[in-house]
Amino acid sequence: MKQVLLLLLTAWLLAACSTVQPWEKDLLARPSMALVADKLDSALDEHIYFSKEASMGGQGVGGGGCGCN
Amino acid sequence: MQLKSMKNTSQTKNITVREKLALATCALLQTAGQSAQAADGWEVDSALMIYSESDSRVTAIEPIMSARKEVEEDTFLSMKLVLDSLTGATPNGAHTSGTAQTFTKPSGNGGYTVAAGENPLDDTFHDTRVAFSADWERPVLDNNSRMILGGNISNEFDYMSLGVSATFMRDFNERNTTLTTALGVNADTISPVGDVPTPFANMKTPGADLSLSRDGDSDNKTITDFMIGVTQVINRKTLMQFNLSLSSASGYMNDPYKVLTVVDNSGTRIGQVGDDLPYVYENRPDSRSRQVFYWKTVHHLTEDVINVSYRYHTDDWDVNSHTVDLNYRYELNGGSYLQPHLRYYTQSAAEFFAHNILDTQVATTQYASSDYRLGELNTTTIGLKFVMPMKGNSEFSIRAESIVQSYSKVNSSIGTLTGDAGSQDIVPDLDAFIIQVGYSFYW
Repeated sequence: MKQVLLLLLTAWLLAACSTVQPWEKDLLARPSMALVADKLDSALDEHIYFSKEASMGGQGVGGGGCGCN
Repeated sequence: MQLKSMKNTSQTKNITVREKLALATCALLQTAGQSAQAADGWEVDSALMIYSESDSRVTAIEPIMSARKEVEEDTFLSMKLVLDSLTGATPNGAHTSGTAQTFTKPSGNGGYTVAAGENPLDDTFHDTRVAFSADWERPVLDNNSRMILGGNISNEFDYMSLGVSATFMRDFNERNTTLTTALGVNADTISPVGDVPTPFANMKTPGADLSLSRDGDSDNKTITDFMIGVTQVINRKTLMQFNLSLSSASGYMNDPYKVLTVVDNSGTRIGQVGDDLPYVYENRPDSRSRQVFYWKTVHHLTEDVINVSYRYHTDDWDVNSHTVDLNYRYELNGGSYLQPHLRYYTQSAAEFFAHNILDTQVATTQYASSDYRLGELNTTTIGLKFVMPMKGNSEFSIRAESIVQSYSKVNSSIGTLTGDAGSQDIVPDLDAFIIQVGYSFYW
């Protein structure tokens, strides 16, 4: 619960700090500025590290589980 | 890989006010940071990845294809198909010894011998995985909210995973802030070769009766994930994301192919008793609760883009990890770019991780695993990607990555680090290499 409150507080602080107008979003609209610039690379990497490490997730929910050895 | 917008990238130097407004309109209609998408046809990304580990361990050949289409205004259908063909050898959990070791294959039929000083690898390992997922995204409530419904299925000859997810996103603050909530549920079934081993049962000699050391032919687990996140436009050049994920898993969490070496107080592997080999199958808790904090920032420099993220993971198995990931997109002429990649990962060992187990502890220990992935380890990745636009609004890419994973000896109340575990290299590094080619196009 504490973590959720911290996240909401962070969101509120960030929201308060700037307003970028629609006509100023030319750079933000570029594909290079996407949060996940290449979804295939991201999916392949997530699968590799899921198979080799004991942590997973962070960017979304679910996804194909596997009996990765 | 967003092809249409790559055209934008190459034209931006001489952009007019009208074009700026058009781009801004695109931004209004999309999530901040997402690109304009094709209005007609399928946007297809495809790649072939080869992943190869040193010392004849795992090699994976993995073709992947995804397709996305705007099926009606602001409503998108996305699909992804992955094939994963694995061959090679994987650690069976026993540790390196100063004497040769003989193991039985998971099927119970036949065995294999590992020489003194060698890391015990099960070379009968092979698998083929097919995974398919689909997402349907559409506006809900009003122009400021979207919903994504997803489903996925992944199948191997010994593992099946089915999952569904729902994501809700709402924009605030003149679309400078997006709140995201997501819920996902996965139901997995594992049907191991040689059936489900009884925890701490001994590995049997080839051909021995397995009926008293097996718990049926399959088992299940359920994973529920919840995520809440905020994406914030910091300024004209910077985008930031914070996510908090909670995950709860229950059911069968063991790796049915992993064993622990049974040793005496001096660290010497005990002898074979009847048809019992001196290795016992692992056992993990049947529940796991994880929390993940994730932060990402994308920043546009003069021409280049830097993308950096940090992830903190903690769970009730005592696995705490930190991950730092950095991509730097270096723009070249003509819309091509080079992208160096660095990743560093470090984790602490699970509380029940042990390199071996004492013969006197087998009957009294509740949980133990020597799966190297639950130990103390670091992973370092260095990579480089090159992307080049092609004729017909398509794009070619190639990337190479080097992965080095190193492990530490872990002091545990289970087992001992004397004897073989102290004198042998029981935690050899793992080197892996990725080469991947990709091609994206409209269809």
